Amino acid sequence: MTVERRAPNRDARRGWGKEGKGMAVETRARDMTTERQPSEPQLGARLICQALVREGVDLIFGYPGGAVIPLYDVLPEFPIHHVLVRHEQGAAHAADGYARATGKVGVCLATSGPGATNLVTGIATAMMDSVPLVAITGQVPQHVIGMDAFQETDITGITIPITKYNVVIRSVDEIGPVIQKAFYLAKSGRPGPVLIDIPKDVQLAKGYLAPPQPLNLPGYRPTIVPHRRQIRRAAELIRQARRPLILAGHGILISGATEELVRFVERVQIPVGLTLLGISGFPASHPLCLGLVGMHGFAHANRAIHEADVIIGIGMRFDDRVTGRPSEFAPHAKIIHIDIDPAEIGKVLKTEVPVVGDAREALKLLLEELEPLRHDEWIETIQSWSRPIRTAPSGPNGVLQPQYVLERLHVLTEGKAIVTTDVGQHQMWAAQLYKCDIPHQWISSGGLGTMGFGVPSAMGASLGRPEAEVWAVVGDGGVQMTLYEFATIVDEQCNVKVAIINNGYLGMVRQWQQLFHNRNYSETPISSPDYVLLGQAYRMPARRVTRPAEVDEVIQWARSFRGPALIEFVVNQEENVYPMIPSGGSFREMIDVYETQEGEW
Amino acid sequence: MRSHTLVVLVEDKPGVMNRIVSLFRQRGFNIDSIAVGPTETPGLSRITLVAKGDDRKIEQLVKQLYKVLEVIKITDVTDDNLIQRELALIKVNATDRTRSDIMRLVSDVYRARIVDAAPDSLVIEVTGPPEKIESLITLIRPYGIKELARTGVVAMARGSRAVAIGQPEVVA
Repeated sequence: MTVERRAPNRDARRGWGKEGKGMAVETRARDMTTERQPSEPQLGARLICQALVREGVDLIFGYPGGAVIPLYDVLPEFPIHHVLVRHEQGAAHAADGYARATGKVGVCLATSGPGATNLVTGIATAMMDSVPLVAITGQVPQHVIGMDAFQETDITGITIPITKYNVVIRSVDEIGPVIQKAFYLAKSGRPGPVLIDIPKDVQLAKGYLAPPQPLNLPGYRPTIVPHRRQIRRAAELIRQARRPLILAGHGILISGATEELVRFVERVQIPVGLTLLGISGFPASHPLCLGLVGMHGFAHANRAIHEADVIIGIGMRFDDRVTGRPSEFAPHAKIIHIDIDPAEIGKVLKTEVPVVGDAREALKLLLEELEPLRHDEWIETIQSWSRPIRTAPSGPNGVLQPQYVLERLHVLTEGKAIVTTDVGQHQMWAAQLYKCDIPHQWISSGGLGTMGFGVPSAMGASLGRPEAEVWAVVGDGGVQMTLYEFATIVDEQCNVKVAIINNGYLGMVRQWQQLFHNRNYSETPISSPDYVLLGQAYRMPARRVTRPAEVDEVIQWARSFRGPALIEFVVNQEENVYPMIPSGGSFREMIDVYETQEGEW
Repeated sequence: MRSHTLVVLVEDKPGVMNRIVSLFRQRGFNIDSIAVGPTETPGLSRITLVAKGDDRKIEQLVKQLYKVLEVIKITDVTDDNLIQRELALIKVNATDRTRSDIMRLVSDVYRARIVDAAPDSLVIEVTGPPEKIESLITLIRPYGIKELARTGVVAMARGSRAVAIGQPEVVA
């Protein structure tokens, strides 16, 4: 029903490229660049849309409201597909998922007041994970700003600490320059969210769209190409290292450095550990890939950090989930830290060789400096430490094990799906067991750890990459935070398969309660709706899996058709994520399943 | 841990101070004094910042400040041969018995000025390095300070080298 209602809009969108109004916009823009003013001044709302089209925007996640009605009034005239979410948080996460899946800037749109504040969690998520996002909010008319007007909120004040930049457009003339600047800031240097607040009177004022200008940003000059001297110092330290280790982070993906990293690793024969957001930046199937490091990283990967004499951090920030207690992190290692953000270098650890610059550029220069090296013995030693994550189909009670689900999902999708996650146990199992070889196929909230991220980000990823099979791996806690976006996923017929790993608990917190709080399961048992009925209510094909023998068949069922599907996997309630380094702990305190009572079966 | 004096040149745009102060609050930097005003270049403001911290903390503060888009240049002038000035207004109790003592102290020793006199109080204006102002306040305190207002420190290095953007305008 809803799908049909939206179909004309989408058809219109397809036609835009060749003829019609999209063309008219282009022509107008070209007229502007030749200094000819169009005869008639345009509504600010139209100028906003034109400026967005000029930035290559063809998809917006948004939700209308009083302060953006003028914008919505003209939006259908433009070659921009608007996705009507069910809550603005969904819009921000969807734009985030879109950005991570495509490398393009994600755009979300909300009205003033509650619309704007509902974006906050999504903006903060994008900030922590360096995701290029432009959030556009309506604002009350300027003459009532500061009067506590209906649906007025100081969204630029609120978002100062969680945006790379934010700005209020105060006149119609600023629309072109501000939007141009916003997109540039969002995607350049260390990417991040930019919020543009647009009072309603600016949307209703008439004016002209200024042609794109060279940007004058004296306070913003990110270093892209690193200093050659620092590269030489890094190369020298790498040459001397006997037990070197690379820690690769999100910067590899952001800068598109996977190919360079593989070449570099193969030349210098240094094993690679991945941060949570580094997953898919270096192929998991590569013999030198150690996989996830940190709190729930693989034992051998964390032990390699502990024994390493040189650590090369590339495009990562030594987050506390990676380091544990910084004073005991990599106690024998000198640190080479490559990052585009100078403020990350030396923030957590004493750094021997700081290298400020783009990860890809740095790797290119390192490839010029370094001859082939070998560390056979070191690599063999690390591999001898390796112990598998346990993936038995069921536990002693015969109940389905969550790890088995993730392992089978990886096998049956041939490792080719885009996987988004929420936050918690299922996220860690997915990080350990869904082996990613394809850049940008892993989309997860790392820094902020935002529950509810999985479903809307899957929707954004799917709309950005319609050809892809997208799996939202979520828990029964997180999914209930944003499951209203099922409606949007169905509206848009996104190829999103939602896999709910249901253990009846807020599992990660329960695990901490079990291990560190004397099994005091305070407020972590959580009930769920009947997800199969819920799926049906949203017109989303849905099934429940309770036995290991059903896993393959139901995953294949979901894959057998295009479009949304929901599977609830009812799994062992008190299964824990191992290995685990307790928060603020060190490698020495690592708990592995084989050393626990649970390891006895 | 020692006091650092930083000169921060910023674009004079709405919300810049808000961003900077928000940054200090969020990241737990302790600021002893902050003073802001226009510079020789239109559109550019100068913030003089005094902050305590070890070198690593101050380095982190500088790096984080640079991430504020409108921040153009930060110079740590702590180790320069520095002129530091602050202005304070001090309203102090004064009786017939104490008035002349205060006035002598103020004008002879501190070369400060009395800018207002009322039957039972005086307002003193004093300019100088923060230590001088501290010292005057200490001496005046026994008389009873009713009100104190300080501007925060501004600073400039001696000699011809300038903390500025680009080349100085050359007048033929």
